[in-house]
Amino acid sequence: MTRIRPILTALLLGLTAVGHAETRATGDLGLVIERADGGLKMIETSGNTVLSSIEGLGDLSHASAVFSRDERFAYIFGRDGGLTKVDMLQGKIAKRIVQSGNSIGGAISQDGRLVAVSNYEPGGVRIFDADTLESVADLPADYGDGKLSKVVGLVDAPGNRFVYSLWDAGEIRIADMSDLANPKVRKFENIGKQPYDALITPDGRYYIAGLFGEDGLALLDLWQPDQGVRRILPDYGRNDEKMPVYKMPHLEGWAMAGDRAFVPAVGRNQVLIVNSNDWSEAGRLEVSGQPVFVMARPDGRQVWINFAFPNNDRIEVFDTLTLERITTLHPGKGVLHMEFEPRGEEVWVSVRDDDQLQIYDTATLKQVKTMPARKPSGIFLTHRAHKIGL
Amino acid sequence: MLASALALSTFAIAQAEPNPERQQELRQLLLHDCGSCHGLTLKGGLGPPLLPTTLHDKPAEYLAATIRYGRPGTPMPPWGPFVSDAEAMWLAKLLKEGVQ
Repeated sequence: MTRIRPILTALLLGLTAVGHAETRATGDLGLVIERADGGLKMIETSGNTVLSSIEGLGDLSHASAVFSRDERFAYIFGRDGGLTKVDMLQGKIAKRIVQSGNSIGGAISQDGRLVAVSNYEPGGVRIFDADTLESVADLPADYGDGKLSKVVGLVDAPGNRFVYSLWDAGEIRIADMSDLANPKVRKFENIGKQPYDALITPDGRYYIAGLFGEDGLALLDLWQPDQGVRRILPDYGRNDEKMPVYKMPHLEGWAMAGDRAFVPAVGRNQVLIVNSNDWSEAGRLEVSGQPVFVMARPDGRQVWINFAFPNNDRIEVFDTLTLERITTLHPGKGVLHMEFEPRGEEVWVSVRDDDQLQIYDTATLKQVKTMPARKPSGIFLTHRAHKIGL
Repeated sequence: MLASALALSTFAIAQAEPNPERQQELRQLLLHDCGSCHGLTLKGGLGPPLLPTTLHDKPAEYLAATIRYGRPGTPMPPWGPFVSDAEAMWLAKLLKEGVQ
């Protein structure tokens, strides 16, 4: 009985928070970052509504979220080093710590017990108990003569490992957390200049870091790490004059259709198409700005692309079979992020300067709903809980 | 190149401040677009912090030139196509005084 009571209380509170007259599950919930106010909007995708607002998360100017395996809790990584655990049923902060001076993102381990945060200041990765947020391990990104590198592209990988890249050092590292008392870090040096972000394929096999300081991407086969890191698409921009980059692209998830993968080119109005069988270039999409996110609809039939300043007022949608542009949408100024519903029939879009969330039907490509949100950026739905690398 | 940039910026001081509507746009640009690398609170990110304490020894002209022409060899892009000399100078002074 003593065990049951807190759960009942939580459920009741959850019901109040979400306004439903029956027991609530979390599988259709999500969070939207309100970057300027340090807040979140709790959303649900069955009826496409905003359920509540959550305040007090600090500086969310570059924030992201991962979810516990039961989809009960979200972990929000804020720019100011804040790590906040949010209760999705109660719609409130369960725990919050400030673990560094400046952080960029995070990941949750395969077993769900560890949350890792990648930090700019001090450069490195810190790992926390997912339940208590107590510190478990500190992995400084030391290189050269005791310098610390900013860390980017942190993802979870099978084997209770975390994989990440060092912006300043040009390294990829694997932290094996299968023995908590004795984390093992393996370093791969000279992977290329200024890795800016990375992704892991949905099967957890390939870790791919995008390079800002030179052309191409760095690929690590986690099934065969002894083969080391190799460069793919090494000369996609050779002999071209690079345009200035007004926003770093993101490599989130793996926009994949059949054996074609789609990734943003850096400093070019192009999306690169990669043949995932041999990692050769399989073509390019010509687009109307520098791509930031290139996201595949979950069935892989469409890719949706948003853009850096000053072309951040549009989304281009391509057919992955014909490689033709299906449409260009104009949601408004400051299109920052897109998140597909789990089976892809709708997509949520954040429009920062217009303070709006918009939902589009991906078959008709028509807007179906608009909701107010304060300077929205990242949108995170709970089904990410069960995906490697998200 | 830098010398001419400085000269241009110095010339810009004599120009009028942006009007209030444009000032609002520039603040928005500073917080949200510069902020994507330097942080919304300008405490730094991939780019360095842009706080009065970290900028006090850098002349406004130098900052305005950095805004207009970027920093070759770093990810800092030139904002000249979007921001005039006078506007860059206004932004530079705002940064030195503190935005908040």
